[in-house]
Amino acid sequence: METVLFYAFAALTVLCALLVVANPFSRNPVTSAMFLVLTIVSMAGLFVLLHAFFLAAVQVLVYAGAVMVLFLFVIMLLNVKEEERRKVKLFGMVAGLVAVGAIVAIFLQSLFVAKPGSNLPPPAVEGGVAPLGKLLFTHYLLPFESVSMLLLVAMVGVILLSKKEIK
Amino acid sequence: MTPGLEHYLVISALLFALGLLGVITRRNLLIIYMSLELMLNAANLALVAFSRFNSNLDGQIMVFFIITVAAAEVAVGLALIVAIYRKRQTAQVEDLASLKL
Repeated sequence: METVLFYAFAALTVLCALLVVANPFSRNPVTSAMFLVLTIVSMAGLFVLLHAFFLAAVQVLVYAGAVMVLFLFVIMLLNVKEEERRKVKLFGMVAGLVAVGAIVAIFLQSLFVAKPGSNLPPPAVEGGVAPLGKLLFTHYLLPFESVSMLLLVAMVGVILLSKKEIK
Repeated sequence: MTPGLEHYLVISALLFALGLLGVITRRNLLIIYMSLELMLNAANLALVAFSRFNSNLDGQIMVFFIITVAAAEVAVGLALIVAIYRKRQTAQVEDLASLKL
Protein backbone atom coordinates (compact mmCIF):
# COMPACT_ATOMS: atom_id res chain seq x y z
CA MET A 1 0.00 0.00 0.00
CA GLU A 2 2.74 2.43 0.99
CA THR A 3 4.69 1.55 -2.13
CA VAL A 4 1.72 2.21 -4.40
CA LEU A 5 1.04 5.54 -2.70
CA PHE A 6 4.69 6.50 -2.94
CA TYR A 7 4.86 5.88 -6.67
CA ALA A 8 1.55 7.66 -7.24
CA PHE A 9 2.60 10.78 -5.32
CA ALA A 10 6.10 10.75 -6.79
CA ALA A 11 4.82 10.51 -10.35
CA LEU A 12 2.28 13.26 -9.71
CA THR A 13 4.94 15.51 -8.16
CA VAL A 14 7.42 15.15 -11.00
CA LEU A 15 4.77 15.41 -13.71
CA CYS A 16 3.28 18.60 -12.26
CA ALA A 17 6.75 20.08 -11.74
CA LEU A 18 7.49 19.40 -15.40
CA LEU A 19 4.27 21.16 -16.36
CA VAL A 20 5.22 24.17 -14.21
CA VAL A 21 8.48 24.59 -16.07
CA ALA A 22 7.69 23.49 -19.61
CA ASN A 23 4.00 23.30 -20.39
CA PRO A 24 3.55 22.53 -24.10
CA PHE A 25 -0.09 23.69 -24.12
CA SER A 26 0.04 27.03 -22.36
CA ARG A 27 2.63 29.70 -21.65
CA ASN A 28 0.35 31.45 -19.20
CA PRO A 29 1.87 32.07 -15.71
CA VAL A 30 -1.50 31.26 -14.10
CA THR A 31 -1.33 27.69 -15.43
CA SER A 32 2.18 27.34 -14.05
CA ALA A 33 1.02 28.60 -10.66
CA MET A 34 -1.84 26.10 -10.59
CA PHE A 35 0.49 23.23 -11.41
CA LEU A 36 2.86 24.46 -8.70
CA VAL A 37 -0.02 24.17 -6.23
CA LEU A 38 -0.59 20.58 -7.38
CA THR A 39 3.13 19.82 -7.02
CA ILE A 40 3.14 21.17 -3.48
CA VAL A 41 0.03 19.26 -2.46
CA SER A 42 1.35 15.96 -3.80
CA MET A 43 4.64 16.68 -2.06
CA ALA A 44 2.65 17.03 1.18
CA GLY A 45 1.46 13.48 0.42
CA LEU A 46 5.10 12.37 0.26
CA PHE A 47 5.69 14.09 3.62
CA VAL A 48 2.83 12.09 5.12
CA LEU A 49 4.42 8.88 3.80
CA LEU A 50 7.60 9.98 5.59
CA HIS A 51 5.58 10.40 8.83
CA ALA A 52 6.19 14.17 8.85
CA PHE A 53 2.57 14.98 9.60
CA PHE A 54 3.10 18.49 10.95
CA LEU A 55 5.23 19.51 7.98
CA ALA A 56 2.67 18.10 5.56
CA ALA A 57 0.02 20.33 7.16
CA VAL A 58 2.33 23.34 7.13
CA GLN A 59 3.23 22.66 3.51
CA VAL A 60 -0.41 22.77 2.47
CA LEU A 61 -1.34 25.74 4.68
CA VAL A 62 1.67 27.97 4.09
CA TYR A 63 2.81 27.02 0.60
CA ALA A 64 -0.35 25.99 -1.22
CA GLY A 65 -2.39 28.47 0.78
CA ALA A 66 -0.51 31.66 1.53
CA VAL A 67 2.45 31.71 -0.84
CA MET A 68 0.58 30.62 -3.94
CA VAL A 69 -2.26 33.05 -3.26
CA LEU A 70 0.39 35.77 -3.12
CA PHE A 71 1.76 34.58 -6.45
CA LEU A 72 -1.68 34.60 -8.05
CA PHE A 73 -2.38 38.07 -6.63
CA VAL A 74 0.77 39.42 -8.25
CA ILE A 75 0.03 37.69 -11.56
CA MET A 76 -3.44 39.25 -11.61
CA LEU A 77 -2.04 42.60 -10.49
CA LEU A 78 0.55 42.73 -13.26
CA ASN A 79 -2.03 41.60 -15.79
CA VAL A 80 0.62 39.70 -17.71
CA LYS A 81 -0.78 38.83 -21.08
CA GLU A 82 -0.23 35.46 -22.67
CA GLU A 83 3.46 35.44 -23.29
CA GLU A 84 4.00 35.91 -27.00
CA ARG A 85 6.29 33.42 -28.63
CA ARG A 86 9.66 35.04 -28.62
CA LYS A 87 12.56 33.71 -30.54
CA VAL A 88 14.12 31.15 -28.22
CA LYS A 89 17.87 31.35 -28.18
CA LEU A 90 19.02 27.90 -29.23
CA PHE A 91 22.39 28.25 -27.54
CA GLY A 92 20.83 29.11 -24.18
CA MET A 93 18.40 26.21 -24.43
CA VAL A 94 21.11 23.68 -25.28
CA ALA A 95 23.47 25.02 -22.62
CA GLY A 96 20.73 24.83 -20.01
CA LEU A 97 19.80 21.28 -20.94
CA VAL A 98 23.44 20.16 -20.86
CA ALA A 99 24.04 21.80 -17.46
CA VAL A 100 20.90 20.27 -15.96
CA GLY A 101 21.69 16.85 -17.45
CA ALA A 102 25.18 16.97 -15.99
CA ILE A 103 23.84 17.88 -12.55
CA VAL A 104 21.29 15.06 -12.65
CA ALA A 105 24.04 12.64 -13.72
CA ILE A 106 26.21 13.75 -10.78
CA PHE A 107 23.30 13.38 -8.33
CA LEU A 108 22.31 9.92 -9.52
CA GLN A 109 25.88 8.68 -9.79
CA SER A 110 26.72 9.80 -6.27
CA LEU A 111 23.52 8.18 -4.98
CA PHE A 112 24.41 4.98 -6.79
CA VAL A 113 27.95 4.93 -5.40
CA ALA A 114 27.27 6.09 -1.85
CA LYS A 115 24.03 4.12 -1.23
CA PRO A 116 23.11 6.28 1.80
CA GLY A 117 20.06 4.18 2.61
CA SER A 118 21.78 0.84 3.12
CA ASN A 119 22.34 -0.60 6.61
CA LEU A 120 20.30 2.06 8.41
CA PRO A 121 18.21 1.01 11.40
CA PRO A 122 14.45 0.94 10.74
CA PRO A 123 12.99 4.47 11.01
CA ALA A 124 11.57 5.31 14.39
CA VAL A 125 10.72 9.02 14.48
CA GLU A 126 7.28 10.53 14.17
CA GLY A 127 7.07 14.16 13.06
CA GLY A 128 3.92 15.00 14.97
CA VAL A 129 3.12 18.36 16.56
CA ALA A 130 4.22 17.36 20.07
CA PRO A 131 7.82 16.17 19.41
CA LEU A 132 8.51 18.97 16.92
CA GLY A 133 7.07 21.62 19.22
CA LYS A 134 9.09 20.34 22.15
CA LEU A 135 12.30 20.54 20.14
CA LEU A 136 11.39 23.92 18.69
CA PHE A 137 10.75 25.54 22.07
CA THR A 138 13.74 24.07 23.89
CA HIS A 139 16.76 23.38 21.72
CA TYR A 140 15.83 25.66 18.82
CA LEU A 141 14.35 28.57 20.75
CA LEU A 142 16.88 31.17 19.59
CA PRO A 143 16.53 30.40 15.85
CA PHE A 144 12.76 30.41 16.33
CA GLU A 145 12.83 33.91 17.81
CA SER A 146 15.23 35.18 15.16
CA VAL A 147 12.91 33.90 12.45
CA SER A 148 10.14 36.03 13.94
CA MET A 149 12.47 39.05 13.66
CA LEU A 150 13.19 38.07 10.05
CA LEU A 151 9.48 38.00 9.25
CA LEU A 152 9.07 41.45 10.83
CA VAL A 153 11.94 42.82 8.75
CA ALA A 154 10.51 41.25 5.59
CA MET A 155 7.13 42.84 6.34
CA VAL A 156 8.63 46.29 6.81
CA GLY A 157 10.67 45.86 3.63
CA VAL A 158 7.66 44.83 1.58
CA ILE A 159 5.62 47.79 2.82
CA LEU A 160 8.47 50.14 1.94
CA LEU A 161 8.96 48.59 -1.50
CA SER A 162 5.32 48.69 -2.44
CA LYS A 163 4.85 52.38 -1.69
CA LYS A 164 3.96 54.44 -4.68
CA GLU A 165 7.18 56.42 -4.97
CA ILE A 166 10.55 54.84 -4.29
CA LYS A 167 12.89 57.67 -3.44
CA MET B 1 9.60 -3.53 -0.89
CA THR B 2 8.76 -0.25 0.81
CA PRO B 3 10.43 2.85 -0.67
CA GLY B 4 13.76 3.63 0.98
CA LEU B 5 15.91 6.71 1.30
CA GLU B 6 17.25 6.47 -2.25
CA HIS B 7 13.77 6.59 -3.77
CA TYR B 8 13.00 9.89 -2.09
CA LEU B 9 16.42 11.30 -2.96
CA VAL B 10 15.91 10.47 -6.63
CA ILE B 11 12.58 12.33 -6.62
CA SER B 12 14.25 15.25 -4.87
CA ALA B 13 17.06 15.31 -7.45
CA LEU B 14 14.56 15.29 -10.32
CA LEU B 15 12.59 18.15 -8.76
CA PHE B 16 15.73 20.19 -8.25
CA ALA B 17 16.78 19.59 -11.85
CA LEU B 18 13.38 20.69 -13.14
CA GLY B 19 13.56 23.85 -11.06
CA LEU B 20 17.04 24.60 -12.36
CA LEU B 21 15.88 24.00 -15.91
CA GLY B 22 13.09 26.51 -15.39
CA VAL B 23 15.46 29.12 -13.97
CA ILE B 24 17.87 28.72 -16.89
CA THR B 25 15.49 28.44 -19.83
CA ARG B 26 12.37 30.44 -19.00
CA ARG B 27 12.24 34.18 -19.61
CA ASN B 28 9.31 35.27 -17.46
CA LEU B 29 10.33 36.62 -14.05
CA LEU B 30 7.31 35.08 -12.30
CA ILE B 31 7.95 31.63 -13.73
CA ILE B 32 11.63 31.88 -12.80
CA TYR B 33 10.48 32.66 -9.28
CA MET B 34 8.17 29.63 -9.23
CA SER B 35 11.06 27.45 -10.37
CA LEU B 36 13.08 28.77 -7.44
CA GLU B 37 10.28 27.63 -5.14
CA LEU B 38 10.47 24.22 -6.79
CA MET B 39 14.18 23.98 -5.98
CA LEU B 40 13.56 24.95 -2.35
CA ASN B 41 10.90 22.26 -2.14
CA ALA B 42 13.29 19.67 -3.54
CA ALA B 43 15.73 20.49 -0.74
CA ASN B 44 12.88 20.20 1.78
CA LEU B 45 11.97 16.74 0.51
CA ALA B 46 15.58 15.55 0.79
CA LEU B 47 15.84 16.92 4.35
CA VAL B 48 12.62 15.25 5.47
CA ALA B 49 13.71 11.95 3.93
CA PHE B 50 17.10 12.10 5.68
CA SER B 51 15.39 13.01 8.94
CA ARG B 52 13.03 10.05 8.67
CA PHE B 53 15.60 7.43 7.78
CA ASN B 54 18.21 8.62 10.27
CA SER B 55 15.60 8.77 13.08
CA ASN B 56 16.52 12.35 13.90
CA LEU B 57 14.02 15.20 14.08
CA ASP B 58 16.53 18.01 13.46
CA GLY B 59 16.00 17.77 9.69
CA GLN B 60 12.31 18.47 10.09
CA ILE B 61 13.04 21.53 12.26
CA MET B 62 15.32 22.72 9.45
CA VAL B 63 12.50 22.29 6.95
CA PHE B 64 10.21 24.28 9.22
CA PHE B 65 12.69 27.18 9.19
CA ILE B 66 13.20 26.86 5.43
CA ILE B 67 9.44 27.16 4.86
CA THR B 68 9.31 30.29 7.04
CA VAL B 69 12.26 31.92 5.31
CA ALA B 70 10.85 30.98 1.90
CA ALA B 71 7.59 32.73 2.77
CA ALA B 72 9.49 35.90 3.70
CA GLU B 73 11.59 35.60 0.55
CA VAL B 74 8.52 35.25 -1.67
CA ALA B 75 6.94 38.34 -0.15
CA VAL B 76 10.03 40.49 -0.68
CA GLY B 77 10.74 39.08 -4.14
CA LEU B 78 7.22 39.63 -5.40
CA ALA B 79 7.26 43.19 -4.04
CA LEU B 80 10.46 43.75 -6.01
CA ILE B 81 8.88 42.31 -9.16
CA VAL B 82 5.88 44.61 -8.76
CA ALA B 83 8.20 47.60 -8.25
CA ILE B 84 10.18 46.70 -11.39
CA TYR B 85 6.97 46.26 -13.35
CA ARG B 86 5.76 49.69 -12.27
CA LYS B 87 8.96 51.28 -13.45
CA ARG B 88 9.55 49.32 -16.67
CA GLN B 89 6.17 47.81 -17.64
CA THR B 90 7.74 44.41 -18.27
CA ALA B 91 8.32 41.10 -16.53
CA GLN B 92 10.65 39.56 -19.11
CA VAL B 93 14.28 39.19 -18.18
CA GLU B 94 15.58 40.23 -21.62
CA ASP B 95 14.06 43.68 -21.16
CA LEU B 96 15.81 44.13 -17.83
CA ALA B 97 19.39 44.23 -19.08
CA SER B 98 20.39 47.78 -18.24
CA LEU B 99 23.36 46.55 -16.21
CA LYS B 100 24.76 44.88 -19.32
CA LEU B 101 27.72 46.67 -20.85
